[in-house]
Amino acid sequence: MSEQPILEAREVTKAFGGILALNRVSFDVFPGEILGIIGPNGSGKTTLVNCITSFVKLTSGTIRFKGTDITRKPAHKIADMGITRTFQIMRPYYSLPAYKNLVIPLFSPRAKRTGGWRGGGKLGDRNTVGIDILEEIGFERDSYVPYKMASALPTGYLKRLELARCLALKPELILCDEVFSGLSMSEIASMVPLIERLQMDGITLIMIEHRLRELFRVANRVMVLNFGEKLVEGTPDEVMADKSVKEAYFGSEEVEEVMTYA
Amino acid sequence: MGNGNTEQRRRERLDRGIKVRSDGLYALMSWRELAYLIVPRLVLIVGLLVLPLVMPGAYWQRVITIVCIYALLALSFDFLAHYLGLVCLGGAFFVGVGGYIAAMFNSSLSLPPLLTVPVATILGAVICTLLLLPCLPLRGVYFAIVTLMYPLVLARIIEALDIFGGTDGIMGVDSFANQWLEQYAVISLVLLFLFGTRRLVNVDLGLVFRAVKDNDQAVRASGMNISFYKAIAVFVASAMGCLGGACLVHIYMWAGISLFALDFSILPIAATVIGGAGTLVGPVLGCIILVPISELLREFGTLRIVFYSLILVGFVVFRSEGLMVYGERKYHQFQRWVKV
Ligand SMILES: Nc1ncnc2c1ncn2[C@@H]1O[C@H](COP(=O)(O)OP(=O)(O)OP(=O)(O)O)[C@@H](O)[C@H]1O
Ligand SMILES: [Mg+2]
Repeated sequence: MSEQPILEAREVTKAFGGILALNRVSFDVFPGEILGIIGPNGSGKTTLVNCITSFVKLTSGTIRFKGTDITRKPAHKIADMGITRTFQIMRPYYSLPAYKNLVIPLFSPRAKRTGGWRGGGKLGDRNTVGIDILEEIGFERDSYVPYKMASALPTGYLKRLELARCLALKPELILCDEVFSGLSMSEIASMVPLIERLQMDGITLIMIEHRLRELFRVANRVMVLNFGEKLVEGTPDEVMADKSVKEAYFGSEEVEEVMTYA
Repeated sequence: MGNGNTEQRRRERLDRGIKVRSDGLYALMSWRELAYLIVPRLVLIVGLLVLPLVMPGAYWQRVITIVCIYALLALSFDFLAHYLGLVCLGGAFFVGVGGYIAAMFNSSLSLPPLLTVPVATILGAVICTLLLLPCLPLRGVYFAIVTLMYPLVLARIIEALDIFGGTDGIMGVDSFANQWLEQYAVISLVLLFLFGTRRLVNVDLGLVFRAVKDNDQAVRASGMNISFYKAIAVFVASAMGCLGGACLVHIYMWAGISLFALDFSILPIAATVIGGAGTLVGPVLGCIILVPISELLREFGTLRIVFYSLILVGFVVFRSEGLMVYGERKYHQFQRWVKV
């Protein structure tokens, strides 16, 4: 690939005390693609997201975004550059209604610069822009759901709210940490076109998933982590055929299922 | 609703407030709803304004002034604690900084109180915010402990280095032109800051404050520097405290290390507990109750601490939500029997 990667991770290493959560992981993400990251529990996927977004400091290694070294930048600067993330353990503002949750990212310097969600220029009323984004992400506009307290929303909506908070910043790269987990089949089925539309809008995505079947359908490339190390990287087909991946997931029914399904 | 013919009664609880509270969308539909919104505010404003007139004598009028100064401190505490999650036990720190600045500008530059008070408010808030800047990343009990230290440390420094008048303090500070001016100035300031902070926590900037309390990591992930927003809020809160301190100095015509006394940190917190945390008006109400009681008990000397603690314990045990939270709920709800 001749294209300049949007994100370059080199030898990323993170140690928590004696545990090596990430061991010299290197990879590239190219503009406009969806990179899937899979791996068994505790393999370091969330830690990788935390390292990229500077929520934890790396032990060693470098991360570059569009050629700029972002390794030591504070978390809010990184988000300001257009790298946003969702949290595996969802973090809405529970004491605020859903649409008011979006007033906060819309108040950020980046949102002010990029002019909110639709169109440029002056950002209008943040409440209506927030409701627009929620509609975009699958909240029914004319129902009462956007006005509900975040604490009263079911998981499916909270996952969408996580994504909506990213979108409010008009990001270039979204790191999704298990946005499908905890959702029913039908809820995932309605999320998939949403992800595809984000890709069509030119947003690059890194998707961490345990739901392999759904991930393999949307991802352009997949990287496998195991015990903090990169196992393989390739197209979904290549990864599925790889022997070491089967070993890492040995006994996991999901892989068996995906293998037979493919 | 009344078309059922079964003779069964059900207790219905209505929430009048929901309609008017939902973003003021329907707020102006009828005079009744308008009154529903305005009357409580009017009662508060008029009540505070007539208080000095109904007080028997200058002593109790002075008590009202002190109530207002504590009310500013309680507002500042409630705002930081319940809209930012910063439990600040350093109310006395704000009072001291604001008070000393006002006293110095008055005694050395002989500026009139009308100028020293605003100067002390702004300059004091800047100084307090700068000094608290290193603590802003601290959370919960750590922030509380460190802020508790600040007034103690400052008082000891003034004592040890014998600066700003040392243990004698700064004497001969001008008083306000007259007692009426003094009282209505502080009462208007309390009303101004009360409605001001209530407005602030509901505009977009205030939502960011509340988000920092709710979930600061998500705020960081939204590209916002949480320390910056905490600093803005600390500035607002310390401005209220410094304002209180500056007024106090002109009322007592003296600034000394007793401005850093623990009372200024603790009584506002007790008032917040009694009045209802997070309501902003509750802490003001709490001061109106608590300060006169502690005045009445003055003749008991140090023993009044016991009475005072008993009241506090009683409130915490029996009505921990606070007067205002309870009152607001009862005001918004009313019950009636309906036939089902
Ligand atoms: N803050 C922390 N302190 C200490 N150890 C940590 C911390 N965060 C993660 N770890 C450890 O690092 C390893 C990787 O954890 P991580 O959360 O990145 O896994 P994961 O791949 O996201 O797992 P899952 O699929 O369960 O979400 C685990 O062994 C975990 O215990
Ligand atoms: Mg994880």
